[in-house]
Amino acid sequence: MDSRLTGPTRFFPRRLALGTAALSLIAASVFSQMTLADDANTTGLAVTPTEVTVGQLHSATGTMAISETGSIQAERLAIDQINASGGILGRQIKIVQEDGASDWPTFAEKARKLLVNDKVATVFGCWTSASRKAVLPVFEKENGLLYYPTFYEGLEQSKNVIYTGQEATQQILASLDWIAKTKGAKTFYLIGSDYIWPRTSMKIARKHIENVLHGTVVGEDYYPLGNTQFGSLINKVKLKKPDVVFAAVVGGSNVAFYKQLKAAGVDSTKQTLLTLSVTEDELLGIGGENMKGFYASMKYFQSLDNPNNKAFVEAFKAKYGKDSVMGDVTQAAYLGPWLWKAAVEKAGSFDVDKVVAASPGIELKTAPEGYVKIHENHHLWSKTRIGEVQADGQFKVVYESELIEPNPFPKGYQ
Amino acid sequence: MEWLSEFGAIAAMQGFNGLSVFCVLLLMALGLAIIFGQMGVINMAHGEFLTIGAYTTYMLSTLVQTWCPWMQPYYFFFAIALSFVVAGAIGWVVEWVMISRLYHRPLDTLLATWGLSLVMQQAFRSIFGAREVSANPPEWLMGAVNLTDAIEIPRNGLFVMGLTVLMTGGIFLMLYRTRWGLHVRATVQNRIMSRAVGINTRKVDRMTFALGCGVAGVAGAAFTTIGSTGPTAGSLYIVDTFLVVVFGGAASLFGTIASAFAIAQTQSLSEFFMSGSMAKVLTLSIVILILLMRPQGLFASKVRK
Repeated sequence: MDSRLTGPTRFFPRRLALGTAALSLIAASVFSQMTLADDANTTGLAVTPTEVTVGQLHSATGTMAISETGSIQAERLAIDQINASGGILGRQIKIVQEDGASDWPTFAEKARKLLVNDKVATVFGCWTSASRKAVLPVFEKENGLLYYPTFYEGLEQSKNVIYTGQEATQQILASLDWIAKTKGAKTFYLIGSDYIWPRTSMKIARKHIENVLHGTVVGEDYYPLGNTQFGSLINKVKLKKPDVVFAAVVGGSNVAFYKQLKAAGVDSTKQTLLTLSVTEDELLGIGGENMKGFYASMKYFQSLDNPNNKAFVEAFKAKYGKDSVMGDVTQAAYLGPWLWKAAVEKAGSFDVDKVVAASPGIELKTAPEGYVKIHENHHLWSKTRIGEVQADGQFKVVYESELIEPNPFPKGYQ
Repeated sequence: MEWLSEFGAIAAMQGFNGLSVFCVLLLMALGLAIIFGQMGVINMAHGEFLTIGAYTTYMLSTLVQTWCPWMQPYYFFFAIALSFVVAGAIGWVVEWVMISRLYHRPLDTLLATWGLSLVMQQAFRSIFGAREVSANPPEWLMGAVNLTDAIEIPRNGLFVMGLTVLMTGGIFLMLYRTRWGLHVRATVQNRIMSRAVGINTRKVDRMTFALGCGVAGVAGAAFTTIGSTGPTAGSLYIVDTFLVVVFGGAASLFGTIASAFAIAQTQSLSEFFMSGSMAKVLTLSIVILILLMRPQGLFASKVRK
């Protein structure tokens, strides 16, 4: 018994070298009163017989708070529910929340704080690709574990990250196929904000349109983040008359883009539009009536009709008010704690290496989006859905794909 | 021949777009032109005063919707007036508490108002939530006017245009036809002399700053029809605003108008022929080149010593 009890610090002195000797000794004295901890935790994580500490790292302030608030709420909801049903391996989950403040160096600094000082067992966090890229080296160096909720451009795979949103090909290919088939679309106009996610997404879209659908891209335009004037662009669209406008405009630009489209008389009766960047969250700002009849491609919509989702929507509204909305990323963030729980229980341990090893193949049949499974490449198998915008700010699901394999490094699309 | 008429229609709409961008730029720059141009205060929180106007409109829109829906078609005019009052009042307080202590340290106003803008952004976030909200514009402001089958003119563009003309005219009248305007211009030219002849320069400063903020509030209210309303919405406009005022020549209202027109036309036209990002690069390059040759801006006039 004795040799096991001192295990966490004696056998893994690496943390001592980080200058936290005193803390570790106190921790060791705490550990000496444990009976359960050591089996489940051999790497000095903040795990006691009754409690496991996890980190939450999103922007609660700054420009990105608009988007990340939903993720913070969803992760808290999932953790509350897990705690209410008995926790993980008999332990309640305690959250240490840090604010990335929409600033990428702050994200890296807070990630290090969570992993080194708080010794959290896992982190649920980040939203933008920029913040993920900023924390990635920290997670790889300290061997932490990150659950990342946003749909993103792909071209990345790390041992230390589980991606619970869709990578670009999952989101794009099936929806382009659908719109080409049902609308007979041949000509496309690609529009995006000017940074990595829209550019990578449009690159994939262009290859698919030209090589697979044998259609034409009649225009491709990028606008700076925060651009608020889209008049010239709208005139160009009117001139080129594409069958489909394919859009990935984000942030404040998003609202301006759709309000001005509507004002210029471009609505769904005259123009088919498919977007990658509008969820229920964005519709709050845009206003449903400004986008009525346009399509969005996501893996989740709040209006999905299945028992899992009904329970999720109900629980979310009970906790955060009846007017709250749940977008794609909010749901993906909700999956994080549940996927982690399943992996920890399968591994019988909180150790990052063991949890990571146990993750591929983990299934979640209770996901609001239906069913997901973790792929070897740490992304999720998921369905893609097309939602049609309704005036009340919700989507009507008009198409649902088969389960799509995640492929973050798509051949022929780069 | 069909393509020719279509080309004509696009050209007409594109021309209108240029004018519309011009009015948007001018409207957002007017308040700053008063504060920066007339008072020499670098107000980095200008964008946040726009946001105050936007949120005022949003609140009034929500109130009207819940309490008296029959007001819906008319509330927007009240919203604009109220935005002017609210933003102006907050500006008045800000001048009294902060700016008035910094007149002899113009560069420090830059830092102080930058800090103020951060405080205000977080205040919006705490009060209204981090998410963007949407004010319901009245029905008559939505959609387009069809001049012919092919030419569609956005109604909110027309509205912003009208409002800009009205505001610009009003400010000109106030500055050049009223006693208060005389006092402002006198203070700009020579503060000590103005005080010596009995002008209460403190009061003039406070009113000028409040007026500038109020005008920003009006712009914010109008922009709810074309842009987003969120805690950081104001920061989308701040760069363009400074660009217009500095390029025009800080102390000249005519300069602001000319510069807004030049920038809007360059931007609108180049966007039609190249990608939005490249158009921005081109516009900024031209502005920098001209400023290199004419550092005082398009129209220079005397600045407060």
